[in-house]
Amino acid sequence: MSLRTAWRKSVNVIMLSLTGACTLVIISVLFFILGYLIWNGGKDISWDFFTKLPAPVGEPGGGMANAIVGSGKLLLLAMLFGVPIGVLGGVYLAEFGGRTFGFLVRYTTDLLNGVPSIIIGIFAYTVVVVPMHRFSALAGGFALGVMTVPITVRSTEQFLRAVPNPLREGALALGASKWKSIVTVILPAASSGIITGIMLALARVAGETAPLLFTAFNNHYWSSGWNQPVSSLPVMIYLYALSGYRDWHEQAWAAGLVLLAFVLVVNVSTRLVLSRRTSVPR
Amino acid sequence: MASAGTVRSADNMSTPDNSMSELGALPRKFPISSENTSVSDRKLRFKVSGLKMFYGQKQALHSIDLEILANVVTALIGPSGCGKSSFLRSLNRMTETVRHARIEGEILLDGQNIMNMDVVKLRRRVGMVFQRPNPFPKSIFENVAYGLRINGYKGSLSDSVEHSLRRAALWDEVKDQLHKSAYALSGGQQQRLCIARALAVDPEVLLLDEPCSALDPVTTAKIEELLFQLKASCTIVIVTHNMQQAARASDFTAFLLEGKLIEYQPTPKLFTTPSDPRTEAYITGRFG
Repeated sequence: MSLRTAWRKSVNVIMLSLTGACTLVIISVLFFILGYLIWNGGKDISWDFFTKLPAPVGEPGGGMANAIVGSGKLLLLAMLFGVPIGVLGGVYLAEFGGRTFGFLVRYTTDLLNGVPSIIIGIFAYTVVVVPMHRFSALAGGFALGVMTVPITVRSTEQFLRAVPNPLREGALALGASKWKSIVTVILPAASSGIITGIMLALARVAGETAPLLFTAFNNHYWSSGWNQPVSSLPVMIYLYALSGYRDWHEQAWAAGLVLLAFVLVVNVSTRLVLSRRTSVPR
Repeated sequence: MASAGTVRSADNMSTPDNSMSELGALPRKFPISSENTSVSDRKLRFKVSGLKMFYGQKQALHSIDLEILANVVTALIGPSGCGKSSFLRSLNRMTETVRHARIEGEILLDGQNIMNMDVVKLRRRVGMVFQRPNPFPKSIFENVAYGLRINGYKGSLSDSVEHSLRRAALWDEVKDQLHKSAYALSGGQQQRLCIARALAVDPEVLLLDEPCSALDPVTTAKIEELLFQLKASCTIVIVTHNMQQAARASDFTAFLLEGKLIEYQPTPKLFTTPSDPRTEAYITGRFG
């Protein structure tokens, strides 16, 4: 074996192990976080954690039922605010948008996606909290909803574009109007992809803390309505982890584990569903 | 296509208007001529005059004049890019779905200008089947019922679906699996399903854009047989790449080249004694 071949082979081996090592690092970060959360928070996960209100300082036990329900409420609101705008915007971009204007809209949504979440929080504070004179679930849901819009727009557009053109022509040739063809053929054909996009967007914002700090704020009790401050898992984690009490630290670990488990389950299950049923063979 | 230049006279390249006068020498309003008996008393379905079509700056059709008779199969042949699909699509205004596509000239359907018609009504009267089967991601039943549903059909959907599937010679094969996905069918069945879907709204005209190009010969024969049966109740215009198919399945054939109508004759005449040297060159396989 010549020197040159040996050199080539060794470079190959080095690069292969380097890329492999980096890949391992990427995977291990997730497993490290998951393992650490289970190690620290696993023992505090109990039935009480899901059903009881937070206990006062010094008192053992207690749970985060209000924060879990609160997070659910916020995500529901985020979906109500974000999904219609996101999906219809995606439909516009994929089916109607002109070249120049479409480019502008796409660029804007990408920029919106990059806006730091705390800025979104300030925005929601300005347009919802200030006029209403109170922190509320509505304000928090609005902030999270704004964050879901760019992700939903782009994923909807992408999945609609993947619908083969002959399907559009087939519907139009039967006398369907453009809008009717979209509603009856194209959206159903892309539905599983669009739903996946929505679920991923929700999973993404489920862990957001910053936009909730001065919109939904927090609540140590059950929130009595949509226009009241509401507790949420990320904000509880933030507050409990910063506190000086050992009990609260452990509760924060447990809450982190629940939150991560939720995000993982949503991610994995939607991806599984998507891979199982592709709506349209290509 | 490179060899096309050898059979085309040079002046043919100049302006579209020149081609008009040049074509004027040809029997382009041929089908109404008397020597072909039974032809003259047939009803005229489409009367196309001076049809020009543009995609942006590019002109795809140059002043086409063509009369399509009712209840016959008319085939459009020609090499790729000759404008036969564009012509077909202009007949139900599917060209409007293409950005920057523009049409000039007049197309009359039963004496009515299609440009002044409601496009939804036009497409209900002029159905279309595409090159590749394009069933919707729905059940077989829903595919056929689609056109009826969007047009607010009031009668019995299942009767109508059965009738259409029978007309498309597919009923016996699918009657026990109407609620299965249309994608469970074979390619040829899917194409007949698309024909059934188009027939469901009872169109007067059926446009077929190379309907067999993705199918095997046995399935192709089935579809050709189907066309033969359908022409009793429907006017059929078919674009085909396959000259044998045009010869077998059609009554009239139009040969297009570079966006111009070169020759339009009863099929047997066009394939045996074409009057234009370019037609002869094409059908004998010297180019295209």
